[in-house]
Amino acid sequence: MTVHPIIAALKWHKAGVLLIVLQIALTLAIVSNAIFIISQRISVIQRPTGVVERDLFRVSQSFVGAPSGDDPASLDKLDALQLADLGILRQLPDVQSVAASDGMPLQGSIWVGGLALTADQKTPTSAAGLYYGDEHMRSTLGARLVAGRDFNAGEILHHTINSTVPSPVIIVSQALADKLYPHGDALGKTVYLDSKPTVIIGIVDRLQVANASTRPWVYMSVMAPVRLDGVNANYVVRAKPGRLLPAMQAARKALFAANRMRVMPDSWGIQSLTEIRDKAYRADRGMALLMGLICLILLGVTAAGIVGLTSFWVGQRHRQIGIRRALGARRIDILHYFHAENLLIAGVGVVVGAMLARGLNVWLMTQYEMARLPVTYMVTGVLAMLAIGQVAVFVPARRASLVPPVVATRAA
Amino acid sequence: MFGYYLELALRSLRRSPGLTALMVLAIGFGVASSMTTWSVFRAVSGDPIPWKSSKLFVPQIDMWGPSARGSDGEPPDALDFADAMALMKAHRASRQSAIYAVSPSVVPAATGAFPLNVSGYGVYNEFFPMLDVPFLYGSGWSAADDASRAAVAVISHTLSQQAFGDGNSVGKTIDIEGRDYRVVGVLADWNPQPIFFDVRDTGGFSGDGPDVFLPFDRAIAVGMPNDGSTNCSVMPAAEGFVGLQQSSCIWIALMVELDDAAAVTGYRQFLDGYAAEQQHAGRFAWTPNNRLRDLPAFLTFEHVVPRDTKVSLLVALGLLIVCLINTVGLLLAKFLRRSGEIGVRRALGAPRAAIYQQFLCEAGVVGAAGGVLGLLLTGVGVAGVGLVLPKRIADLAHIDLSLLALTMLVAILATLLAGLYPTFRASRVQPAWQLKSN
Repeated sequence: MTVHPIIAALKWHKAGVLLIVLQIALTLAIVSNAIFIISQRISVIQRPTGVVERDLFRVSQSFVGAPSGDDPASLDKLDALQLADLGILRQLPDVQSVAASDGMPLQGSIWVGGLALTADQKTPTSAAGLYYGDEHMRSTLGARLVAGRDFNAGEILHHTINSTVPSPVIIVSQALADKLYPHGDALGKTVYLDSKPTVIIGIVDRLQVANASTRPWVYMSVMAPVRLDGVNANYVVRAKPGRLLPAMQAARKALFAANRMRVMPDSWGIQSLTEIRDKAYRADRGMALLMGLICLILLGVTAAGIVGLTSFWVGQRHRQIGIRRALGARRIDILHYFHAENLLIAGVGVVVGAMLARGLNVWLMTQYEMARLPVTYMVTGVLAMLAIGQVAVFVPARRASLVPPVVATRAA
Repeated sequence: MFGYYLELALRSLRRSPGLTALMVLAIGFGVASSMTTWSVFRAVSGDPIPWKSSKLFVPQIDMWGPSARGSDGEPPDALDFADAMALMKAHRASRQSAIYAVSPSVVPAATGAFPLNVSGYGVYNEFFPMLDVPFLYGSGWSAADDASRAAVAVISHTLSQQAFGDGNSVGKTIDIEGRDYRVVGVLADWNPQPIFFDVRDTGGFSGDGPDVFLPFDRAIAVGMPNDGSTNCSVMPAAEGFVGLQQSSCIWIALMVELDDAAAVTGYRQFLDGYAAEQQHAGRFAWTPNNRLRDLPAFLTFEHVVPRDTKVSLLVALGLLIVCLINTVGLLLAKFLRRSGEIGVRRALGAPRAAIYQQFLCEAGVVGAAGGVLGLLLTGVGVAGVGLVLPKRIADLAHIDLSLLALTMLVAILATLLAGLYPTFRASRVQPAWQLKSN
């Protein structure tokens, strides 16, 4: 089949052809970028936290009328309140382990520190999310230790977040260790956390910072051996396998029974990591859902538009089709003709669309910190648009192929 | 004539129900997705205090110097304690208040009630008149209360109900963080979105409004810790909350009211003078790098409108455009299919204008039908926006008369626009040619 007669015929429908080309181009531009946004959000949501998420929950609460912690006596009082809570939680039958830990992956608020290799370094080598907690923190969270050791009980300090007391030892995530010492010899090295010297005594293979950030330092985490004293005290608890809900209910009851003067509301007081994860990625999931919905509508509308306009053309060329059939064209030839015609139009559309998609992506990159659209998305989008065109054109093309040759003999 | 064209339009649309349904669906979906995302965008990009936002300003001072500046050269977006207090003391604006976030516990008076955790702010007395904060009972406190660090509090209506039940609680005593405070004012429902005096901590949108306001100096004196974010370029040298106050860490917002251009110029000069003075005293080793943005400019600077909201709106508008192009194509097909009918009308003496009226009327009917479908789908969309967006933002999106009117208007106008070219083609049909060939 030659292309020339198709082009000649399309010259009669310049406006319609232009409209379909435009529609396919815009659809491709929007859909390929939208799908890219969806895939980015999904990969953000699927990032592992580095902790064993099953059976893990967080207790976040504040003591009412607690001392300020600015003098040693009140600091000890605050710490005693916290230690009492930890003891109560540890005795619950459904609880496997308990730790004082200010942080929990994805929970939202985060302490950030700067790590440097020398004392007088102007800008830190890396930013890092800080986890403050006791000697049970790493094991309760379930982050896997790949080198060195855990904190021991004697190394645990306790002070407020505003304290200037340095932590003599830290455990870091593998990502951070590699950033600080690319040759893999971070263990045992002295580094500077917020300009204060500290020794790396352990490395965990992965630990996401305590919020759902997409910053480059999302896996740069530091565990510091500090039970943070304050009005607010947070714990992480691992329930025995499969006993998460009973453990959470028992924890709530036991803590209030021991000390009523605390604030621990239903909404955020005791939450499983599953709930925390759900809240943290709600916006990303929503954006992916919305983009998916818009893509579906777009593709539907474009396919319907192709069906509509091609049907109109088939109606207009009724007589010509009859003549072709009378002159010996088979049904399959007519079918092929319309498929080829659509391929031609859609082909022009996807070329324009690919350029538009790139343009839109570049614009999004400058305005909204989007990443560069990979070629695979473009190619997939192009193929998908061509396929949709072929499927959509089938209905009117089949109707065209059913036009009987006798039409040629009738007056128009 | 209009009634006749309307009848013709309906008859014509009934003749090809598939094509008609396709156009109505396309317009309905296109308009509804745009309007749903618009309702969210409108909610988050609104001016929270439109009658006054151009008179409210946020001073920024560069206390960290060039080494801590980003590539944009901007100074920090909040103040440290020393600078906030210096600006408060100078009192160069007609009204001004330093603001910091607190999160104290409150023990309700009723026995057996659980303690509550409430969010609030330490502010100065001028905060309330400056932001036109509405009171249900009582009022804010006085300058004398600020000076004497009086144990007074302004609480929200919600907290008043939780702590004291219904009725006027002014004059009653409330236990905040283990200390007694006298309630001097109860707010009428007040929860501006974005919560413009604290965008740095909340990102702009915070769900429930603040529940308690305490005198700034009082909250500092009793050591009520900062519940907002703290950013440090250099770590505090001294221990505790006092150490934070002596440091250059930023954690305090400052808002000032400047009534005219002269006052704004005057305040700018004052800021530069202050920074120059600090430079002279050796505290700043750099030339002044201050900003004085009015509230709308500051909200833009802080990127209060979420990026996702903007991208969604853009993508939805893209969808609307594709739907319209689709409608142009379908209307073209529909109108030109009736070339014979047009030819007869023209031959019987109908002018082009009459053809325009007839076919634009038909486009308008399609648009109206699409608009009605769009209204329904917008309703579903706004109701379902909670599935897609964070609750604190989804709650802001709502349907009102202006949104409904806009939906209808966009649907009809857009379809008329889409109908222009097909109608133009229809009006160009040659009557003689059509009559001959039929």
